[in-house]
Amino acid sequence: MKFKFAFITFCKVKYIQILSRNIGGKVPTTPVNTLEKYQNKKVVVDKNTLNLLERLSLVKCDTTKGTKVLEDSIAFADKILHINTDNVEPLYSVLEEENLHLRTDKVTQGNCQKDILKNASITEDDYFVAPPGNIPLQDIKAEEICELTK
Amino acid sequence: MNKLTTYTIKELHKIYRDKLLTPTSFVDLCLQKVKQTSELNAFVTVTEDEAENHGVESEKRFYIDKKSRMLDGITFGIKDNFCTSNITTTCASEMLKNFVPTYDATVYARLRAAGACLIGKCNLDEFAMGAGTVDSIFGPTRNPWGYDKSNDDWRISGGSSGGSAVAVSSGACVAAIGSDTGGSTRNPAALCGIVGLKPTYGLVSRYGLIPLVNSMDVPGILTRTVEDAATILNCIAGPDFLDSTTIKKEFDPVSITDDFDMTKIKIGIPKEYYCEGMSQEVIDTWRYVADLLENQKAVLKSVSLPHTSVSIAVYSILNQCEVASNMARYDGLEYGFRAEENYSTEELYASTRSQGFNDVVRCRIFAGNYFLLSRNYDKYFVKAQKLRRLISNDFKNIFNGDDHVNILLTPTTLSDAPLYKDFMSKHNRDQCAFQDYCTQPANMAGIPAISIPIRLSKNNLPLSVQLMGPFLSEEILLNVAKRIENIVKFPAVAL
Repeated sequence: MKFKFAFITFCKVKYIQILSRNIGGKVPTTPVNTLEKYQNKKVVVDKNTLNLLERLSLVKCDTTKGTKVLEDSIAFADKILHINTDNVEPLYSVLEEENLHLRTDKVTQGNCQKDILKNASITEDDYFVAPPGNIPLQDIKAEEICELTK
Repeated sequence: MNKLTTYTIKELHKIYRDKLLTPTSFVDLCLQKVKQTSELNAFVTVTEDEAENHGVESEKRFYIDKKSRMLDGITFGIKDNFCTSNITTTCASEMLKNFVPTYDATVYARLRAAGACLIGKCNLDEFAMGAGTVDSIFGPTRNPWGYDKSNDDWRISGGSSGGSAVAVSSGACVAAIGSDTGGSTRNPAALCGIVGLKPTYGLVSRYGLIPLVNSMDVPGILTRTVEDAATILNCIAGPDFLDSTTIKKEFDPVSITDDFDMTKIKIGIPKEYYCEGMSQEVIDTWRYVADLLENQKAVLKSVSLPHTSVSIAVYSILNQCEVASNMARYDGLEYGFRAEENYSTEELYASTRSQGFNDVVRCRIFAGNYFLLSRNYDKYFVKAQKLRRLISNDFKNIFNGDDHVNILLTPTTLSDAPLYKDFMSKHNRDQCAFQDYCTQPANMAGIPAISIPIRLSKNNLPLSVQLMGPFLSEEILLNVAKRIENIVKFPAVAL
């Protein structure tokens, strides 16, 4: 008899728990199916593109690891390319409906040469100093890359 | 001493009036706390002299001039990507390790004008690129929750404003400023058990915030209570002549009332925010808060934001593109690190940038430039901007029309704070893709969002939820958050 009572109480408690779960029933019970779609083909970035990116980025030391991360980033981005965006305008700024102010074309700041030069590592006679220009970046050869990564 | 982890702005002002403490003595207590908790590594620079001077000024206004300001004697920390004149601003990068700005970020200037006292500059992931505050040249920031000196593993603070979150939760300061591009304020707030507010894009000036993604960056607010977040917001928000992307309309200060009418509030539960990999405890907490709000007579309903699941991939494209463009300014000539290289200007640039940036930054520049190549521009960059509109429209559809809701309730993070070793086993992009799932859509749409701590997980770590609302709905968000806060009574960390 006691067991039966315990069993019924247990069932009731369970039932109440299930009911209370249903109150929060607006919170989903299963994860959503993602709209992302993995492309099956492997992303490979060729040597020419890598050289171009290195010149554009002005960042040296393109290593195997770096290439792998780049290819992964592209694969990650490729998952959304299949979604239809016909007749959708790009959204460049979330303030596109606001009027943003333009200040009047008047000089309001100045006389701060010292401040501006203060953070430069090398200056000469109130100028920033740069090495010779118009020399393209040297190609980094494979051996050098190995050296750099060591 | 433990009171330091619970003091609110209101309480402190009363304590000052009653002379139980004075601004200078409180500043000293905070500085002591910084020293005691130095192992957590919340600060890049502790500004002891400034803190003391600011404390003295506050004290004078409080007791001698009898004209105290909104934040007199309130200590704060600011993320080290906000410019502070004559105080180094490093972005936790070799590139800016010795950079001393000559001007103040507007947010900092406004906090100072309101009387707040600067305790220090807070740690972050290098250039705010991360979700853990693990990629800083000054080392990672540790979460005070579950921290045990004798254990060699510990919980991450979340990021990228992890230093700001830890400074507030550990009691080193009352409030802190972070930045929020994809969740960088809400994520560490959630993992450290404090309140994190991301205001509407354009409500708070970005002037002097070193940019990561200009179209999404906003200064964020980290405090221990919702009311304090509102007070700080009231001091820093509003149009700024120096930032053309601030909203021109005058800012109406938000007010929080205890008798806020919840019956008029319609709350949406977006089903897409339950994603693969979310922990059961997070779901249960989400459900717990939904029930709690329903008991408060708010109207709840299930809604759909269909493009949520692609948002993180779209965000990653846009983030890397803007990063590639933004990082172009670091060439070693005018400021920042300069490599020893004299062969040519281009060689100098390349060497400087290779040595000055960590691999996360370099990889994002690389990927960004790939997406921006003229042959890829439409395929990736324009495509992502189009998807951004669809994501933003999802929110507009939910917040407008006959069947609209006023706010949305979602989780903030997918789990409680991960262990450092587990977190480091993943690559930066996977870390962010996982951690930012629920937070970055608000940045994509520019809408305000707040994370509030709810209860503790089995591991005794904070679990939080997020509220989002339409443009400039900070007041409703904060009032609903306040109601939740009153009911859940989330504890302070025991240090």
